[in-house]
Amino acid sequence: MVATNGHRPEERTETRRKANRVVIRFAGDSGDGMQLTGDRFTSEAAAFGNDLATLPNYPAEIRAPAGTLPGVSSFQLHFADYDILTPGDRPDVLVAMNPAALKANLGDLSDGATVVVNTDEFTKRNLKKVGYETSPLESGELERFTVHPVAMSELTKGAVAETGLTRKEAERCKNMFALGLLSWMYSRPTEDTERFLREKFASKPQVAEANVLAFRAGWNYGETTESFAVSYEVAPASLPRGTYRQVTGNQALAYGLVSAGWRSELPVFLGSYPITPASDVLHEMARHKNFGVTTFQAEDEIAGVGAALGASFGGSLGVTTTSGPGLALKSETIGLAVALELPLLVCDIQRGGPSTGLPTKTEQADLLQALYGRNGESPVAVVAPRSPADCFDIALEAARIALTYRTPVLLLSDGATANGSEPWLIPDVEQLPDLRVTFATEPNASDGSGEFWPYVRDPETLARQWAIPGTPGLEHRVGGLEKVDGKGSISYDPDNHDAMVRLRQRKIDGVEVPDVEVDDPSGRARVLVLGWGSSYGPIGAACRRVRQRGMEIAQAHLRYLNPMPSNLGEVLRGYDRVIVPEMNTGQLAMLLRSRYLVDARSYTKVAGLPFQAEELEKVLSDVVQGSEL
Amino acid sequence: MTTDLGFPAVDGLAGVPAGGQELSTKDFTSDQEVRWCPGCGDYAVLAAVRGFLPELGIPRENTVFVSGIGCSARFPYYMNTYGMHSIHGRAPTIATGLATTRPDLNVWVVTGDGDGLSIGGNHLIHALRRNVNITVLLFNNRIYGLTKGQYSPTSDQGMVTKSTPVGSLDTPFNPVSLALGAEASFVARTLDSDRAHLTETLRAAAAHRGSSLVEIYQNCPIFNDGAFDVLKDAEEKQRRLIQVNHGQPVTFGPEDERYGVVRDDNGELRVAKLAEVDESEVVVHDAHREDTSHAFALSRLGGQHLDPTVTGIFRAVSRPTYDDQVRAQLTEAAEQKPADLQKLLTGNNTWTI
Repeated sequence: MVATNGHRPEERTETRRKANRVVIRFAGDSGDGMQLTGDRFTSEAAAFGNDLATLPNYPAEIRAPAGTLPGVSSFQLHFADYDILTPGDRPDVLVAMNPAALKANLGDLSDGATVVVNTDEFTKRNLKKVGYETSPLESGELERFTVHPVAMSELTKGAVAETGLTRKEAERCKNMFALGLLSWMYSRPTEDTERFLREKFASKPQVAEANVLAFRAGWNYGETTESFAVSYEVAPASLPRGTYRQVTGNQALAYGLVSAGWRSELPVFLGSYPITPASDVLHEMARHKNFGVTTFQAEDEIAGVGAALGASFGGSLGVTTTSGPGLALKSETIGLAVALELPLLVCDIQRGGPSTGLPTKTEQADLLQALYGRNGESPVAVVAPRSPADCFDIALEAARIALTYRTPVLLLSDGATANGSEPWLIPDVEQLPDLRVTFATEPNASDGSGEFWPYVRDPETLARQWAIPGTPGLEHRVGGLEKVDGKGSISYDPDNHDAMVRLRQRKIDGVEVPDVEVDDPSGRARVLVLGWGSSYGPIGAACRRVRQRGMEIAQAHLRYLNPMPSNLGEVLRGYDRVIVPEMNTGQLAMLLRSRYLVDARSYTKVAGLPFQAEELEKVLSDVVQGSEL
Repeated sequence: MTTDLGFPAVDGLAGVPAGGQELSTKDFTSDQEVRWCPGCGDYAVLAAVRGFLPELGIPRENTVFVSGIGCSARFPYYMNTYGMHSIHGRAPTIATGLATTRPDLNVWVVTGDGDGLSIGGNHLIHALRRNVNITVLLFNNRIYGLTKGQYSPTSDQGMVTKSTPVGSLDTPFNPVSLALGAEASFVARTLDSDRAHLTETLRAAAAHRGSSLVEIYQNCPIFNDGAFDVLKDAEEKQRRLIQVNHGQPVTFGPEDERYGVVRDDNGELRVAKLAEVDESEVVVHDAHREDTSHAFALSRLGGQHLDPTVTGIFRAVSRPTYDDQVRAQLTEAAEQKPADLQKLLTGNNTWTI
């Protein structure tokens, strides 16, 4: 029995090699526990101090037919001894738990990649399901790779036999065998995983024991089998000093919302309807009732945002979370919030569209819906996180804007950001922005009548006063009908409407946002690449590669989509070429062209997956070398 | 007066502060000119609400009216309280968020047969089943008024309107039956023209803790005039109108021709001449029954054709409200695990560089 407590193979120097970065992809049936396996490996890498980024990729079906291509679920993890920006383009190691997983992922591998397969699943029947006439393990088509055939199911069953589980239950532990094997290959610490398994299955000690045994068996297999003569070490990354944890985008978003409530000293009310990939925010928020966070699982998307707006009217920080189709349903209520001029946070975790589209895949095609998807002139502020950890900061920013300007704010995350994870430098709570607000307590009528007029504004921010029910003397009515500015009574006056439309626009245009920063190490770049949202990682990684090849390129990234930073026009006009990569058909590029009259060129992909650094590197270096896009 | 279901039977206004000075109808009247059509039944409801609110003895600022879209939806503008004129059908959602976060408010929803039963039907039934502490006034005039006279979900089948020139084909909703089917804990029906009964019903609805639905038959003098005239005509109404009261036998009719509601051998309710049945056969109304079948059977009597029509409180049972329980969970969580944001953000697995 191998020592498993903090065992690292320092003692085995003769077989250990160093690597700077590794990309691993675990792939199997959607019932094989690949997401859990990936999560655990990620935690091990995080605990070791590597920088990391992850990309879960799973089907919309909860259990597609076993062993088929549509049922393949995968989890990709990139970990390194330096700060990385993406989950990696191509896996260095593929763990394929069945023929479908192999077939679905083979195309993404580079020559020389390592492939670990569970040979027990390579039966005639399973091979036939995915159209293999002969086993790829024997046909020679894997010659380009280093293949490790491992009878994982049988080895797992043997390892856990002593627990007395049924064969079926025993076999279910094979993902932990795979995790144990990979943990050995990459010299990962193991004690946290064993503790995790014992906690996760605390109510089923037999199952907990079996999983731990399978995990250890995988480790031992690596250590004792000659085919795995080499293990690798990826040293901890030298990130900025501080205490880190691993966080997914949805988790960071939830923490940001809880923190916004804490720093504004307002109760948080989340009204939401389950929808992929946003539901995890609701789940996470529901766990923090001790922070005064109310979560309301509504009867539909409309009720979710309606209840949030009702809570805002009552003096809470009203929040709703959704994905694209849900945002469409919420449009009318967001329009009402524009008219009422009340704070409201609307978080859209974008997914592939139109309609139901690709629920579990990523896309950034809701930008125009967020900006313009309502009737009438209905401006709202729009922000977008650039990475999983940035979801925390952007949630606080969204709350600042909503509370300061009494406006709905749309926060556009996406599936890749939401489910991806990365190390997060844990912030000091005391250093988080002060978001406290002042409710109206006194009548404010300019005619000295002693009345409260709901649409009297702050001259700086143009925000109206927030007088919450229960405040004596400030009784007032608001609604979706056009109002006279100031007094707030219903008005059909043409000039008033024109003035109010422009006023609401001016208020949003005047939202203070920081200038966009340009990363141009040489200061001599003539090409600027500008992105927004989750493309930050691949664009940044591509820029590094372009520069490593001796070319110059400038990078800028928008976290504020409405209003846009005031220096943006100047920045855009400062370059000969502006390239805008987007996971849509060119929505931001269209806005930039119309707003700034610059010849921004689109590079777009709408495949449900993030950009690869490799493809962007090619596009960008071609442009730098003078090609037209 | 409420059934003990193991949950404290709390007053609908518990949590709302008792008001300082005594208020009058005038205090609840806003400066907005009321702009319903002359003869609209909404005036009577507005007068009854303004007239009855002072007796609740709660501050004006703790009262909120939320409405959707439709003629009735203008209601909040005419009340000198907090109010929101929201969007079509969605008032119950807004009221749910407000009532859940603010136990100190007395929250009212004003809706109509189009707003509450058509575009907002989903929200209405879910608010009722959740039992959020709100009072819903459903103005039922059996027509779309604001959009100028299309048939509504409570219009008579065959009704000729602008959108149904050869007669509507829809089977109408019975709002009381619907509310009972949606697990509503308080369901009542009343008439715009009967100020005393309307006020008494509003009083009971406000006192009820949980979702209260009050259907108010209300006349639209422009597009569906006289829809409820048979219930207002002095002679006709004696023959048609059954006012139920908890604990009382269900009887009605002129003195010389009394009727009673009896249960048939097949279990259904029917109207019988008192002279022809034994007094012990007459059904005694019990609004506090957990089982809804009695209230439901009453709601089916006569139905759409108002012959007869049951008014009064069909059901008033006590069960835990959604918002009370949400707040209880928050309080319990805070007691068990005091909020520590730094601890939450830090989590259990960290590393330091």
